[in-house]
Amino acid sequence: MRRDFLEKTLRNLGDALDEAGRAESSGPLRRLDPRVKLAGFFGLILAAASSRHLPVTLGLWGLGATLAAVSGPGAWRAILRLWAGVGLLTGAVALPALFLTPGPALDWGVTQTGLQSALTLLVRVETTATFASLIALTTPWPALLKALRHFHVPALAVVIFAMATRFIFVLLGIARDAFEARRARHVGHLPGKLRRQMAASGAAMLLGKSIQLSGEVYDAMRARGFRGEAVTLDEFRCSRADWAAAGLFLALTGAALEWGCWR
Amino acid sequence: MGVLAMTPVFELEGVGFRYPNAPALDGVSFSIAPGQCVALLGANGSGKSTLLRLLAGLAFAQAGHVRFQGGELTEAALADDAGGLEFRRRVGVVFQNPDAQLFNATVFDEVAFGPLQMGWSREQVLERTGEALRALDIEALRERPPYRLSGGEKKRVALASVLVLDPEVLILDEPTAALDPQSQARVIDFLFERLGERTVIIATHSLEVAREIADTCAVLSGGQLAAHGPAEGILSDEALLRSTHLLHVHRHRHGPGSAHSHPHQHS
Ligand SMILES: Nc1ncnc2c1ncn2[C@@H]1O[C@H](COP(=O)(O)OP(=O)(O)O)[C@@H](O)[C@H]1O
Ligand SMILES: [Mg+2]
Repeated sequence: MRRDFLEKTLRNLGDALDEAGRAESSGPLRRLDPRVKLAGFFGLILAAASSRHLPVTLGLWGLGATLAAVSGPGAWRAILRLWAGVGLLTGAVALPALFLTPGPALDWGVTQTGLQSALTLLVRVETTATFASLIALTTPWPALLKALRHFHVPALAVVIFAMATRFIFVLLGIARDAFEARRARHVGHLPGKLRRQMAASGAAMLLGKSIQLSGEVYDAMRARGFRGEAVTLDEFRCSRADWAAAGLFLALTGAALEWGCWR
Repeated sequence: MGVLAMTPVFELEGVGFRYPNAPALDGVSFSIAPGQCVALLGANGSGKSTLLRLLAGLAFAQAGHVRFQGGELTEAALADDAGGLEFRRRVGVVFQNPDAQLFNATVFDEVAFGPLQMGWSREQVLERTGEALRALDIEALRERPPYRLSGGEKKRVALASVLVLDPEVLILDEPTAALDPQSQARVIDFLFERLGERTVIIATHSLEVAREIADTCAVLSGGQLAAHGPAEGILSDEALLRSTHLLHVHRHRHGPGSAHSHPHQHS
């Protein structure tokens, strides 16, 4: 587990992203106008993040799971991986709350309030992560970027966002090569301290590299006529189904806020 | 050159540029005639890429002047909507690092990016993009994400994404760096075949590339212009090439004979 842990983590992350990127999603979300999708899920994310009642958050999670299930096997697999990863991370963070939150005691030193707040946190994080990933998994990148611009997110922020996601692959490749090259120079077992140093300088190198890459990409975009607003091939058209979906999103968000937050 | 005095495509006059922490160019003057193929030679760090960025209107001279077809290249001149876009169409740039040049989700989107920014009609964008994909033999890669392609394929996509705009001037930064010999040969052949009328400026530290395609060479050394003139003259000037670190001498063996020293290039 300890050996090559960083390398393995990098590789797994790369594979997961790769799969998500290639995921051929289908189903109703794929066809929805990206603007409706973006605004709709944004509302649901707000509702999930502010809900104080576990059943309401669970209901929203169920909604997210259902939507993932009807978006094709690629999207579904990506969501399952996401749940496992997010669950592990949040679980590690929420674990102490089980014991430390004062309240009526259950078995093994776990308090009832502790259990409840740990569960609430876990479900809340899983639900918001599900909604956010559903947007990404069911929308082609250019359309998503354009939809962001529709909501007046600054062009530069969108560009940086786009680059960050694209270049995760490139950077992961660079990082992996660097780790492999360094390992080749240190044949045999490495002491823990040295390995931590390698990881830290690797992270610094990655940061420097990504800043440099962003500058180069921006140059490359300008050289081909980019002037702050990317022009894309498809125009957005809001059909009647899109309006209906927008209404549905609004109703669901309203209901979730009503039961989960304001009552 | 003919009898007619032609306006140079680019004219550099006492050009200076420095990055916040390092000087990069100092007092560079020369001009580039239409239809010429110029090799910009120099060791690593000699300022080639910086000079190309100035010619491409991506950075601006801090001292001296850079003129494109007689008009001064300034930030203000390129900020003008019509003029700025027209300059971008006429001057194409293939960057050294294809991972930075290719930022779209698919090869098709990549090649269509330039035409779309130019505000061409949908039909025109589709037609020209299709042509460029065919010309570079990358139609089969159409739906692939560019960052997952091989080095040679990436280079071809980068070329297609620039040639789709049919630029009059093509600027290439180290076009054969990091390619295997076969892909290198392909890129050089391609440049030979397709570039006919265009003015071409290639930054390279490979004398071989310069020998194959350049009419004129400009040699940079430590940010200064060390030489400029017809390719044959410069490429046969061993003393110059050695003093600018484009050639160096060391001892090694050829065949069964004894070791001896002679000028030698590492690319
Ligand atoms: N973005 C930058 N920031 C700071 N210094 C730079 C940057 N790019 C290049 N330089 C420096 O400017 C000098 C010329 O670099 P460059 O034009 O890239 O040379 P070449 O392309 O011939 O290798 C070098 O000393 C280099 O370190
Ligand atoms: Mg360079």
